[in-house]
Amino acid sequence: MLLEIKDLAVEVEGKLVLKDIDLSIKEGETHVLLGPNGAGKSTLFLTILGFPNYKVLNGSIIFKGEDITNLSTTERVKRGIGVSFQNPPAIRGVSVQNLLKFESGQDVEKPLNNRMVDLSEKLKFNNEFLNRDVNLGFSGGEVKRSEILQLLAQMPEFIMFDEPDSGVDIENVELLAGQLNDLLDKDKKPAKRKKGGLLITHLGYILNFVHADKAHILMDGEIACSGDPNEILEDVRKEGFKGCVECAKCS
Amino acid sequence: MLNVRNVVRDAEKAKDKKAAIGQDITIENFTKEDKSAHELIDEIGDVSKKTKGDLLKVGIDAEENERSGSFLQFDQSNVFSSSSSDSVELMNLESAIDKYSWVKDYLWQVVKPDADKYTARTALREQEEDVKSGYFVRSLPGTKEIFPIQTCMFIADENVMQTAHNIIIAEENSELHLITGCATGDDVASALHVGVSEFYLKPGAKITFTMVHNWAEQVEVRPRTGVKLYDDSTYINNYILTSPVKSIQSYPTAFCDGKNSRAVFQSIQSGQKDSIIDVGSRALLNGKGSAAEVISRAVSNDESQIFSRGHLAGLVPDVKGHLECHGLVLADDSRIYAVPELEASAANLEMSHEAAVGKIDEEEIYYLTSRGLSEEEATSMIVRGFLSMDITGLPDELANETQRMIDLSLDGM
Repeated sequence: MLLEIKDLAVEVEGKLVLKDIDLSIKEGETHVLLGPNGAGKSTLFLTILGFPNYKVLNGSIIFKGEDITNLSTTERVKRGIGVSFQNPPAIRGVSVQNLLKFESGQDVEKPLNNRMVDLSEKLKFNNEFLNRDVNLGFSGGEVKRSEILQLLAQMPEFIMFDEPDSGVDIENVELLAGQLNDLLDKDKKPAKRKKGGLLITHLGYILNFVHADKAHILMDGEIACSGDPNEILEDVRKEGFKGCVECAKCS
Repeated sequence: MLNVRNVVRDAEKAKDKKAAIGQDITIENFTKEDKSAHELIDEIGDVSKKTKGDLLKVGIDAEENERSGSFLQFDQSNVFSSSSSDSVELMNLESAIDKYSWVKDYLWQVVKPDADKYTARTALREQEEDVKSGYFVRSLPGTKEIFPIQTCMFIADENVMQTAHNIIIAEENSELHLITGCATGDDVASALHVGVSEFYLKPGAKITFTMVHNWAEQVEVRPRTGVKLYDDSTYINNYILTSPVKSIQSYPTAFCDGKNSRAVFQSIQSGQKDSIIDVGSRALLNGKGSAAEVISRAVSNDESQIFSRGHLAGLVPDVKGHLECHGLVLADDSRIYAVPELEASAANLEMSHEAAVGKIDEEEIYYLTSRGLSEEEATSMIVRGFLSMDITGLPDELANETQRMIDLSLDGM
């Protein structure tokens, strides 16, 4: 098992946001997390990532067999967890390029290596862009592509994507999806896939390009329903989240 | 114009006059040194290996790579001065006064001898005691030397009071670049540095002046700078301080008298230990179409206190000024006090300021930790990013060099 979450309860600023979360993701699997605003999707992401304000009250997070519940974010990332944020903060004076060098373990003094230069070009970033301060004045699409580029520099084993397609025009969704598939080993045969992913999406549009193995609906801090992504998405489209969950209860 | 007699008279009256701002210093606690206390050197490379390292930290390259000339003052002694450029004259002030009768017309014009006791004592040493220390730099009309002149004020002996009077002239349509580094020897703990610098930019001239300070922890620093800008001239001042100092107080003033003249002050300050840093920039916009920009970045660590001042005065219509001060307070016992002042005394002008002081945004730290940086690495990256600013107006080579100087300063933080 790549990631295993057991009986997790999380508090943020004194408020209980997640409870009784159980979730297991195997190597090679990509799961989708659906749910209304405020259900706790981002909280789950940031708890897996280990941000300090997300206090685990109960349960554990096991990554590649190791309990990482009490590790710092840095340590978790070093073990192979990566994330693309929906609205990352801008940092003045820190260029995309320098961050990429750090993430891919290159010497800051040396020019960016060929692999990263090629990937940047694939994601339609020119040299001028690479010298810009990270996220400062980026358009919605630029933010998403820059987040994916950074993940490509890191090459994590387990990747979480928070709304990777929101604010991205249709033409670029396919481009992004291509890189997502690379990150998730989708081009390899199922048995050879080592990586795992968890995706938050509102519209599910990205799922037309990135195959997901399982979907979960998070409501009021609990996983209310899990199953085949296509079926669940169709139910949500027809019945809304509530309807879909009701339906799951009767079955 | 002030003549010598008036300079002495004014200075005499002001020799105990406290500065308008900044902690008062008892000058008598420091030792005056003779101007020949240190021997002349034949080549700048003749300084000790140790001193070379100290110089390099403030941007002074003893190999003189990509430099058009060098000047070195040890305590009160002008030990070296040489220019390899046909476009730029460089010598110590005393030689310049001997060589050109007109040099005296540039003395004490944009820095007044009676401004405070520091200028007064410097004037008195010069005029009464005949201790003329400091440099004279002049770019000839119509020339453009892209390599900078490097000048260094070095304090080598304990407890000295170093004074220097520098005259920098860019003749009509010339371009001049200066790098100046100030440093102290390892065995110096305490000293006082007073540097009076007067800049004159003739019509169409451009000067960039990049100064890096690296003093010992008990050194008191009181630079006094005035800049006179004629028509269509541009003055760019970059100031970098990232090492501890006892106290520094300076408030360089640009007199933008010429039409379309422009002054830019950029400064990077990182307060360490219990340093008291009081640095401002002032521009008096008196020429039609003149403009000024003051940009500063300050970071306070430990128990340091930083006063970040700026004063722009629009005195005639159609002038433009912008003041920008950003500060990061990194330690609870430290303090940043931003004092931006705008003064408009004519209609139809444009003046603005922007000041923001705060702590590091935790979101930025978390974001970087999610990319694998530790919290300490993230903080350092954010602080360095905050302090690194685009240095505008320098030729490419010099811009890279300046960036390298900034990086080096930040590495030492």
